[in-house]
Amino acid sequence: MRSINTLANPSTFMRISGAVIPPLAVIAAALFAVGLYFVVNSPPDYQQGETVRIMYVHVPSAWLAMMCYTLIAVSAIGSLVWRHPLADVSMKAAAPIGAAFTFLALVTGSLWGKPTWGTYWQWDGRMTSVLILFFLYLGLIALWEAIEDYSRAGRAVAILALVGFINIPIIKFSVDWWSTLHQPASVSRFDAPAIHSSILTPLLVMAAAFTLLFFLLHLKAMRVEILKRRAARMMAQAAQPGFVFQPAE
Amino acid sequence: MDLGPHAHFIIAAYVVTGATLLALVLWAFLGERRMQRVLSDLEARGVKRRGGG
Repeated sequence: MRSINTLANPSTFMRISGAVIPPLAVIAAALFAVGLYFVVNSPPDYQQGETVRIMYVHVPSAWLAMMCYTLIAVSAIGSLVWRHPLADVSMKAAAPIGAAFTFLALVTGSLWGKPTWGTYWQWDGRMTSVLILFFLYLGLIALWEAIEDYSRAGRAVAILALVGFINIPIIKFSVDWWSTLHQPASVSRFDAPAIHSSILTPLLVMAAAFTLLFFLLHLKAMRVEILKRRAARMMAQAAQPGFVFQPAE
Repeated sequence: MDLGPHAHFIIAAYVVTGATLLALVLWAFLGERRMQRVLSDLEARGVKRRGGG
């Protein structure tokens, strides 16, 4: 527990993340290059033809939209139970990234839906629950901005995040529970994946690249948030009576 | 590479994805650079950094 607390110290986090980010960026770029090579050279699907290529950006985006919210919910527990400042920072940093990946899942899903199903949108369980996830992300971002005090904002956001977490299993199982245009799970099944390896390989490489990019962005956004809080404390210090600014050089 | 009759849907999906991911990368990387500048400016004007976080 002591080592976790040491690692979770913001200064230690800044030092370790600063060392980890450059190699992570190189690996992510390499994975994207390999993934795109596979995407270009993968065969068309026997039913969907070339439009199956949209899957290589749609599915990783949808996975990350849900994974990011799960990370926020775990951070929310860390914030509410242990009142750890890095848990707050993690929640705040993840929300815009999660919103962006959910936006991508919705837009690329619509672009895939039109040629496949004949419609951009259908108010079914899967699509509606993902749209709700997008609004949840926007709600978390708005709540952070609405409350000035960091710890009060963190508690409010953590409660909203945990309440909203009910949407994650709804998204996952919506295709099994309700009649829907959306296909059921093809990769994360209890038995073997229902996708041929020539299509599964590019999908998994792209998913790995997206996931690595997500962690890279999350670490960077956490660093930005830590620096913002440092700056806010320094400005509060400068606002104390008697403080005299040195002239800027 | 022939993307067939639905090429514009495929291209649009990749363009939107590329633009969004690029925007995220710029947001994160330029954000840190901007905050480092703000902190350096505050330190240069005599405000001391206290504590870890």
